[in-house]
Amino acid sequence: CSTFLALIPPSELTDQQKEFQQLARKFAREEMIPVAAAYDRSGEYPFPIIKKAWELGLINGHIPQEYGGMGLSIFDSCLITEELAYACTGMQTAMEANSLGQMPVIIAGNDAQKKKYLGRMTEEPLMCAYCVTEPGAGSDVANIKTRAVRVGDDYVVNGQKMWITNGGKANWYFLLARTNPDPKCPAGKAFTGFIVDADTPGIQVGRKEMNMGQRCSDTRGITFEDVRIPKENVLITEGAGFKIAMGAFDNTRPPVAAGATGLAQRALDEATNYALERKTFGKAIAEHQAVSFILAEMAMKVELARMAYQRSAWEVDQGRRNTYYASIAKAFAGDIANQVATDAVQVFGGNGFNSEYPVEKLMRDAKIYQIYEGTAQIQRLIISREHFGKYKK
Amino acid sequence: MSKKKSFLAIELQIRVKPDHSGVVTDGVKHSMNPFCEIAVEEAVKLKEKKLMKEVVVVSCGPQQSQETIRTALAMGADRGIHVEVSGKDYETLGPLQVSKILAALAKKEDAQLIILGKQAIDDDCNQTGQMTAALLDWPQGTFASEVSLEKDGIKVVREIDGGLETIKISTPAVLTADLRLNTPRYATLPNIMKAKKKKIANVKPADLGVDLTSRLEVLRVDEPPQRQAGMKVETVDDLVSKLKDAGKV
Repeated sequence: CSTFLALIPPSELTDQQKEFQQLARKFAREEMIPVAAAYDRSGEYPFPIIKKAWELGLINGHIPQEYGGMGLSIFDSCLITEELAYACTGMQTAMEANSLGQMPVIIAGNDAQKKKYLGRMTEEPLMCAYCVTEPGAGSDVANIKTRAVRVGDDYVVNGQKMWITNGGKANWYFLLARTNPDPKCPAGKAFTGFIVDADTPGIQVGRKEMNMGQRCSDTRGITFEDVRIPKENVLITEGAGFKIAMGAFDNTRPPVAAGATGLAQRALDEATNYALERKTFGKAIAEHQAVSFILAEMAMKVELARMAYQRSAWEVDQGRRNTYYASIAKAFAGDIANQVATDAVQVFGGNGFNSEYPVEKLMRDAKIYQIYEGTAQIQRLIISREHFGKYKK
Repeated sequence: MSKKKSFLAIELQIRVKPDHSGVVTDGVKHSMNPFCEIAVEEAVKLKEKKLMKEVVVVSCGPQQSQETIRTALAMGADRGIHVEVSGKDYETLGPLQVSKILAALAKKEDAQLIILGKQAIDDDCNQTGQMTAALLDWPQGTFASEVSLEKDGIKVVREIDGGLETIKISTPAVLTADLRLNTPRYATLPNIMKAKKKKIANVKPADLGVDLTSRLEVLRVDEPPQRQAGMKVETVDDLVSKLKDAGKV
């Protein structure tokens, strides 16, 4: 058996963490909530909101201070993420996609690459994107077909990417492509991570996809046709890409879990306020146990999801490998966000089904949390592998 | 110098204490009074225009008042003064006591301008600014919706019942901020981090020679009467007869 220390994360936020949270909360309630429904209906990219958030320092939090960023811990950025997601996960996903795109550069970029590509993010409100998924390969990343061939001092890239968040708005992409054509080459050596400027000739951005939820977020297919990338834009070295692409997730899954928790908290708040006002059979529906029990279970799930993401964030901030906790947090938060949002619609009854009330949007927005950043099923694969790993000593 | 007050956040259900001596404040979130936020914003803007050298924010109250001072520092104030008032003294702290504190601080800090919110939104007293000016024998520009510093004084556009009144007052002076004076900025994340290095001094009212005894005694606090159910009537005659019955006509 293995020994482990029972480590208790701080039970109280520091003053600075409380202030960050307050700023994010104020921005979310005063700037994002009033316009969220309209952006959901139109699907228009919420750039005015993103710009304001950028001006306040609410996005790009992970960028280290040497490159003009704030070098926030994952825990602190999760606090902010939860507050913004409370208001609208569509807008928050557009902002979070920046973190996902930047993470490979933060963990694997050299100084010149960081200066060039992270530096510009803090000088202007630019977007970036994480370009890995393809029409034929989502969970099975090792099966991607986009090819990068070394020609002189460049790599020439051909292939098709799909479901790229911020695809049509990004200034640059983190791209994963196969550099070793030998099918027997292991995944850990066959792929290379690149930074690609979005205005490179040969990149064709597809149409904006119309999705079930988080509709104002920009999701697109992207085609690469003989796109030339200079060798200076390779992260670490040829063949190191797979590990970089996967390594980013240990840092980005906690914030995604925080986002799902923010959505769930919103659903809980809306349903609770409604239940305290709506009357049936002579009393507020909150006083009927059938309803109060639904709300109690919603509350349980929200509190636990919060504790899970905070633990996973804290673990990686302490310098430890947090894969187990990050997967648990993302899997759990994604699942409960869907359950809690659905329950919220139920508490609202007929009104909940209607677009004049805020909860149907939450239900539509929640679904993607069980799919992106590693599906609910992939998370379970990771958790079981990590779990058994502890027992085989 | 600008004075801020913490008030009970408006979205909450306010409840009267069972003994009717006041309102329940335990465990209730306090935030910066909106008019005080506007006052802080105006002070920071004056400093940015290089018309003022230093912005000092003051808050009177228990330990948690420091949070509102920090927010003001993150908005751009230079340093803070926390006048510690807690317990029974805090419950009876009113405009008269606060204005005595502010007057003492203004003299100590050699302030040229005091900007306050026009009133606090929990007690709606609208007295502190006026009393402070009187204690210092300084001119006052209250309900300010526009402030401009000129060579020979301060031009203040005031919101009054009849419209707008423009006055010119000499410095040093007291101003109170009204809603349309400005739109307060958000404290940005980098500024929140920078504010940690700014100083907050701790002062006791006794150090300023201020007597906090209240001249007022709250006899009773009650909730507004519950709204009574209305009645539907079929005709105007019905309406008139019902009004007569109720003694209203």
